[in-house]
Amino acid sequence: MSNMEKMIGAKALMTAMEKEGVKEVFGLPGGANLPMYDEFARCNIRHILARHEQSAAHMADGFGRVSRKPGVCFATSGPGATNILTGIATAQADSAPMVAVTGQVPVAMIGKDAFQESDIIGMANPVVKYAFQPRTPGEIPEVVKKGFFIAETGRPGPVLIDIPKDVQQNESEMVFPDEFKIKGYHPWADPDIVAVEKAIDMLLHSQKPVILAGGGTIISSAFAELQSIAEALMLPVVTTFKGKGAFPENHPLSLGPIGMHGHAEANKIMSEADCVLAIGTRFSDRSVGTFEEFERNLKIIHMDVDPAEIGKNQTAQLAVVGDVQMNLRIMVKLLLQKAIKKSEETPWIKHVKETRAYWRENLKLHPGEMGAAKILRKLRELLPKESIITTEVGQHQMWASLFYDVIQPGTFFSSTGLGTMGWGFPAAIGAKVAKPDVPVVDIAGDGSFAMTENSLATAVLEDIPVIVFVLNNFTLGMVAQWQRTFYDRRMIGVDQGHCPDYVKLAQSYGAQGIRAQSMDELDKAIRDALSSDVATVIDIPIDPEEDVLPFVAPGTSLKDMILPS
Amino acid sequence: MWAILSILVENKPGILFKVTHLFRARDFNIDSISVGVTDNPEYSKMTITTFGDEKQIDQIVKQLDKMIDTVKVERLDEHKTVYRELSIFKIKLSNANDSMEINKLANAYGGKVHDVKKDSIMVELTATPDQIKAFEELAKPFGIIDVARTGVAALQRSGAD
Repeated sequence: MSNMEKMIGAKALMTAMEKEGVKEVFGLPGGANLPMYDEFARCNIRHILARHEQSAAHMADGFGRVSRKPGVCFATSGPGATNILTGIATAQADSAPMVAVTGQVPVAMIGKDAFQESDIIGMANPVVKYAFQPRTPGEIPEVVKKGFFIAETGRPGPVLIDIPKDVQQNESEMVFPDEFKIKGYHPWADPDIVAVEKAIDMLLHSQKPVILAGGGTIISSAFAELQSIAEALMLPVVTTFKGKGAFPENHPLSLGPIGMHGHAEANKIMSEADCVLAIGTRFSDRSVGTFEEFERNLKIIHMDVDPAEIGKNQTAQLAVVGDVQMNLRIMVKLLLQKAIKKSEETPWIKHVKETRAYWRENLKLHPGEMGAAKILRKLRELLPKESIITTEVGQHQMWASLFYDVIQPGTFFSSTGLGTMGWGFPAAIGAKVAKPDVPVVDIAGDGSFAMTENSLATAVLEDIPVIVFVLNNFTLGMVAQWQRTFYDRRMIGVDQGHCPDYVKLAQSYGAQGIRAQSMDELDKAIRDALSSDVATVIDIPIDPEEDVLPFVAPGTSLKDMILPS
Repeated sequence: MWAILSILVENKPGILFKVTHLFRARDFNIDSISVGVTDNPEYSKMTITTFGDEKQIDQIVKQLDKMIDTVKVERLDEHKTVYRELSIFKIKLSNANDSMEINKLANAYGGKVHDVKKDSIMVELTATPDQIKAFEELAKPFGIIDVARTGVAALQRSGAD
């Protein structure tokens, strides 16, 4: 226990957050969180003003995923709190560390339907890792300490701290604890050497083994371990979409993401495999197609930090529970000890390499100059490899998955689980705050960008020069693609018109707006954006009829993917 | 299949809500639920009975275990467990012999009779859910006016681990 000090709850909150190393908070003030806001005048935490609480939450989310420390967002009670719910749910679905702090009406007013009262604890329950509502100021230091610990340990996730206004305002003797106990929380399992040995054995005794790297590989930064295992055992690596870039996508063993819009070579090889080392993945329907078909004739070794994921969607022959980096490290060590290093090319690896080469050459692409593949490959060509990519949700996101190769692991982030349109831009702002020295690009579509474009105000006023790369088909493109494919081309509710003009929109916020209608213009626009010290929106008009292919239709399996004709 | 889950939770407000919310959100069934504080006032014990296939029940246990407020989650083997539920039946009396018949029936099930009136009688029965169901079937012909049940409370027998 450290020293005691008398202060108000709001000051205790800021002090406790400073002790957690918080340097930035994304948020919006309102009646019920004013005492907390007043403390920004007296502390070393920078406040970054968002224009909507949902965006503040996405900024914190982007910050958290990139820095691997909880991003913090503030909102007031009532509508402020309900506005951040989508942001919290997005972080929960993608296991992103976040601490959301909401103001609440005073304790005595709770349950009285007070002005701007919402039962945010009740509403947020299914989409948070944990929620606190301190009822006395003295609880705040420990709540903050526990909140940050819960948010960033084990399988990370969002924590909500809802503080009634009087609890912020009232004074108390504060103790800032160094130690605390949470009885029902066991974020770590011990390393499981026996299981890891068995896993090696299963992989060695399979004819067609493959690694499936999920988002957990990125969360635990197990990049080096993954690569050395893949190379030692000569295993082809496919990823989930969330695991995209866990393994360098220019590596000869890399096949890219599987799934609904996975790479053809990845879906082919995954369907043929007889044994999979699945690392930090929950086998989402978008990744594996129908559950029954995926696990047929496939031995699954499932490594995950969350025991509840074992057996949820897929039946594992072998479970390795615990931090995936820890268990992969053991695997690396065991492989070294046993001097297991495959060098001869098995028929399987030969087949994998041929399949990879074939589809890299022969996937039929849009014939036009401004086809999605050409645009994204141009972006890849001009961006330094350490650049961070965020995406929105829709066709552009899947094109990014197909055509933007991640070379440096852990530089690609997307709203993959909840699929929140409007996530990418504010998340890019958060990412840039976490890593100001690398270029940060939000690969966007016009439909998604429209949902949080007012974050341009934040980017400009707070001097956070990110790049928004809008593949503009003037349409809610993915919905349109489904209407073309499954609804006999009845196009309902998808036409966005040429509204707004994103170049003028960017300029109206004081950002740089550039339209790129040819490859030459695009080349110049990307270079201008990279050297710009203000945020830049590159508006790239594309063909509204271009589909994302391959496509594994919902309710079908990976081997049934629809290819471009 | 039917399963009995014994869940030790921190005795704090809102936890019953979180547990039941989990069942709703993940599409699990609650057959019965009972909650009470333990000998240590820091903890409460919930006993939940549920239906599901083996995979679902495994998931329920894991998801409950993952909750930060749950301290211990156990699936109890019903053959190695003492489990009982309290039920109170209000039964109609139509004929002269009904009162005696119901008394006999209650005795046979180890029940107690309360509140004997001209037109109705109450039976308190502590038994397993199956026994309560059986009693209910036999009481039905008399006419059941109302029933209240507490849900199952359960403890594993000593040395049954």
